[in-house]
Amino acid sequence: MTASNNVGDWLDIGPMSQISPGNARTLPVRGGEEIAIFHTLDNHFYALVNKCPHKQGPLSQGIVHGNVVACPLHNWNISLRTGEALGGDEGCVPTIPLKVDAGRIFLLRDAVIPSRAARKAA
Amino acid sequence: MEFQDGIGTVADNEEGIFTPQRDVREHLVVVGNGMAGCRAVEELLARDAGRYRVTIFGAEPYVNYNRIMLSPVLAGEKTFDDIIINGRQWYDDNDIELIVGDPVTAIHRAAKTVSSRSGRTVGYDRLLIATGSDPFIIPVPGNDLPGVISFRDMKDVDTMLAAAADGGSAVVIGGGLLGLEAAHGLTLRGMKVTVIHLMPTLMERQLDEASGWLLKSALEGRGQTILTGADTAGIYGEGKVEGVRLKDGREIPASLVVMAVGIRPSVALARDAGLDIGRGVKVDDHMVTSDPAILAVGECVEHDGNVYGLVAPLWDMCRSLADGLTDRHTGYRGSVTSTKLKVAGLDVFSAGDFSGGDGCEDIVLRDAARGVYKRVIVKGDRLVGAVLYGDTADGGWYFDLLKKGEDVGAIRDLLIFGQAFASGGGQADPKEAVAALSDDAEVCGCNGVSKGQVLACIEAGNGTLDAVRATCKASASCGSCTGLVETLLAATLGDDYSGERATRTVCKCTSFGHDDVRREIAAQGMKSIPEVMHKLHWSTPDGCSSCRPALNYYLLCALPGEYRDDQQSRFVNERMHANIQKDGTYSVVPRMWGGLTNPRELRAIADVVEKYHAPMVKVTGGQRLDIFGIRKEDLPAVWADLNAAGMVSGHAYGKSLRTVKTCVGSEWCRFGTQDSTGLGVRIERMTWGSWMPHKFKIAASGCPRNCAEATIKDFGVVCVDSGYELHVGGNGGIHVRATDLLCKVATEQEALDYCAAFIQLYREEARYLERTAPWIERVGVDYVKSRIVDDAEGREALRARFLFSQSFSQEDPWASRAAGKDAELHQHLAEVRPMEFAA
Ligand code: SRM
Ligand SMILES: Cc1cc2nc3c(=O)[nH]c(=O)nc-3n(C[C@H](O)[C@H](O)[C@H](O)COP(=O)(O)OP(=O)(O)OC[C@H]3O[C@@H](n4cnc5c(N)ncnc54)[C@H](O)[C@@H]3O)c2cc1C
Ligand code: SF4
Ligand code: FES
Repeated sequence: MTASNNVGDWLDIGPMSQISPGNARTLPVRGGEEIAIFHTLDNHFYALVNKCPHKQGPLSQGIVHGNVVACPLHNWNISLRTGEALGGDEGCVPTIPLKVDAGRIFLLRDAVIPSRAARKAA
Repeated sequence: MEFQDGIGTVADNEEGIFTPQRDVREHLVVVGNGMAGCRAVEELLARDAGRYRVTIFGAEPYVNYNRIMLSPVLAGEKTFDDIIINGRQWYDDNDIELIVGDPVTAIHRAAKTVSSRSGRTVGYDRLLIATGSDPFIIPVPGNDLPGVISFRDMKDVDTMLAAAADGGSAVVIGGGLLGLEAAHGLTLRGMKVTVIHLMPTLMERQLDEASGWLLKSALEGRGQTILTGADTAGIYGEGKVEGVRLKDGREIPASLVVMAVGIRPSVALARDAGLDIGRGVKVDDHMVTSDPAILAVGECVEHDGNVYGLVAPLWDMCRSLADGLTDRHTGYRGSVTSTKLKVAGLDVFSAGDFSGGDGCEDIVLRDAARGVYKRVIVKGDRLVGAVLYGDTADGGWYFDLLKKGEDVGAIRDLLIFGQAFASGGGQADPKEAVAALSDDAEVCGCNGVSKGQVLACIEAGNGTLDAVRATCKASASCGSCTGLVETLLAATLGDDYSGERATRTVCKCTSFGHDDVRREIAAQGMKSIPEVMHKLHWSTPDGCSSCRPALNYYLLCALPGEYRDDQQSRFVNERMHANIQKDGTYSVVPRMWGGLTNPRELRAIADVVEKYHAPMVKVTGGQRLDIFGIRKEDLPAVWADLNAAGMVSGHAYGKSLRTVKTCVGSEWCRFGTQDSTGLGVRIERMTWGSWMPHKFKIAASGCPRNCAEATIKDFGVVCVDSGYELHVGGNGGIHVRATDLLCKVATEQEALDYCAAFIQLYREEARYLERTAPWIERVGVDYVKSRIVDDAEGREALRARFLFSQSFSQEDPWASRAAGKDAELHQHLAEVRPMEFAA
């Protein structure tokens, strides 16, 4: 299924049950950045661009603790809320507004789909 | 149209013609005789009793009862009569017409009438929809069999009571608030109850992992079987329910199945009438729907994007609704909710947001002796969430602070101890608060030590935390009063007390060191990560990326065959069974036993490299081949191809046995003294697949020329004419360390036995992420010799424990993934294709 068939401001990317707590899964975007969607152990959902601000490690593969993910490559801790590197490290990865409604996960369309101009350039 | 009878009689009327007096008041018709519908009417009566003529339709054949008390009725703590809110008398006294057992089937907005199943048509000036919710029935085969019910109304309770009278087994699908209350009631009524819950923790919407685990343990202690992470495939039975089948194939026999997986606002009536519907009937702040003459209230509505499933918000809604109906227009602004579980003896409370977040700080108190877990979440100077288990006395107080958004900055340090403590003297400074405690105030609940006793102990010369713990035992058990004891030390000794904590802890989440944790896991027979975190008073709710993998390993080592590995506590490589590379792809290293290979394996590797366009294949330093650049999506297929050629995972990614390097040995080499290749293969067959504190490498060389570099391995064998020299604790990494000679043995079997015993000692006693080299430097090679060489019985026991553990771990992790297990770890959710890419 391609999510592009959805209309409206929010993209429906399927039921929350498809990501088990403590895990993350990915959503590639043609002409844009791959997105990682996280489900924390206390049942909150977050979406981030799947690239560590350090050296582009795939954050979706890290260990999730609290609302933080530890990058799988060099263990930077990244806040799932803001995308900011925590502790002594500096850097920030874009977050994508997400909402859960009636058991389904929605991402803000404009934040997922790159603008036409950006796509042309890509 | 309706007529009000009983106004006059024919006999009273002089002309003998009956002309009923018309009621000129506005007519309010209420659809739904439940919690919200009746409360709305009560609120209205309290404001202006005579203003509306009221008619209430109820689908159920009862007067207004308290739905939330159905749980105590099921549990046998209450009867139906006890839970009636408004009996007949109330309807009569207030001149309300009640029509029960007759659901409204249509709203005719143009005519301003409603019609009911029995054919009645009633006109309205204002209509109030209060139809509540419908239980959600999961769409699986057999969900309509007799004996499959929901838990929503009195009829469901009657069905459950009838089933319980025959005894037998029940399955409750859904481990939320409702499901657990149903399970509790059925257990008390003598049924054998199994709860099936899709998520890994119970009540996951209200509780965090820690409290969910406590709840699960408590319910299991009461005889219930709780299956978490269990997905229902179907319900089976001939003519009536006989059991539930799970997706993993398990079958659970049951004569009653209660579905408590959630509710959906009951909107069919409103939708058919053409009102605006979202997830519920859409209403404004005055509970008015898209039709100004129609209002709605209760669980059936959606306000400001929210729907509610608890009563507290309904009360707020009913107040605003009644204000609106009496021209006061206060407006409803949404509700903050809190939850309590109504299961006798189990105190569970949660409110607000417990997800943490930026600027949010968790304050956690775990009192294992009393089975208490408390967590409050503070953001800035405000309380934003609370989860309480075991002691919910302060739930109301926290909820109040939360709703009012009060500044808790001044009492922050004492907040977790509850209202009595925190607002006790109103002290801003915890030191003053502690100073203000009376001498006989209990400081350490576990050991019953008073403040006076702690002070006496400090004054007698015990100037450190450890000394206090050793002498008067304060904070020596659960440790939750450590802060208090330290404050007393600081207050008594002033500048002489520096505030210590010498032992290196596992991580910042705990004050325990690795060895303490391992000892306690064994001593207390702990079985899961949340249990360890609870009993050892972790200061974070679910640990961090340092402690989770360590605890997972310790439990795995302590409970072979019993402990279920926690995927969420594995570093990416161990979760994906491949090594992550800098570009996010993976490398795949199949096992080549003792460095031996054959044309079939080589062909399979060559095929994989071509088929999946692997950019590189390389001979590793561990005598095998590494295929680079495989995408996570392709891993299962790659593994399937390698499996087909007989190859299994090489665990090049694991804190586990890596490789066994060999040299050619006596089979070919002119200097070879023993069959080092064959020995290496046999050692690898015995040791592969085992999880260890860190990676573990072995080598076997055929003579002292040592071509396999056995003396920089964790375990190395150097063959000599008279037998086998066994070496331990070598390391070729950052700090090169040559091995220590453990001993010399005469036979190959002994070499294998010593190897197994040594690995098990390392597995049981080293700290997580400590390789054999630093471990042996720490404990001394003499200690290792005393356990492995001098103590034959101990060696044999270690070896037996290793082999027992291996009987569970020698399963190729690639094979199950190739067969489809954990497929979601390898698949994207979906792909977004903007229009021009969609082609
Ligand atoms: C592939 C390989 C290099 C090669 O191309 O030959 C390799 C590759 C890596 N080594 Fe190694 N090591 C490889 C043989 C070695 C050896 C030689 C040996 O085993 O004889 C050593 C020295 C011997 C030893 O361990 O004592 C070695 C000492 C290390 C160390 C340092 C360990 C230490 O205790 O100081 C690390 C870092 C660590 O583990 O923390 C490391 C870590 C790594 C990691 C896993 C880095 C990482 O964390 O991602 C590399 C992953 C590669 C990958 O994705 O596949 N690798 N590494 C070798 C795989 C062997 C195999 O077949 O499994
Ligand atoms: C077993 C149980 C335990 C609970 N425990 C708690 C708790 O501890 N705390 C808490 O806050 N909440 C609890 N709840 C939830 C709480 O009961 C509900 O939030 C509350 O009852 C909702 O009120 P309502 O009026 O919107 O819906 P309801 O109380 O369900 O009332 C709706 C009524 O409308 C009737 N109806 C529907 N359609 C029609 C129609 N077309 N015509 C006529 N009548 C119709 C229904 O039959 C029903 O009687 C519990 C619920 C259950 C089932
Ligand atoms: S030596 Fe360094 S760069 Fe080379 S494989 Fe090992 S860890 Fe990677
Ligand atoms: S790329 Fe994430 S920590 Fe280095």
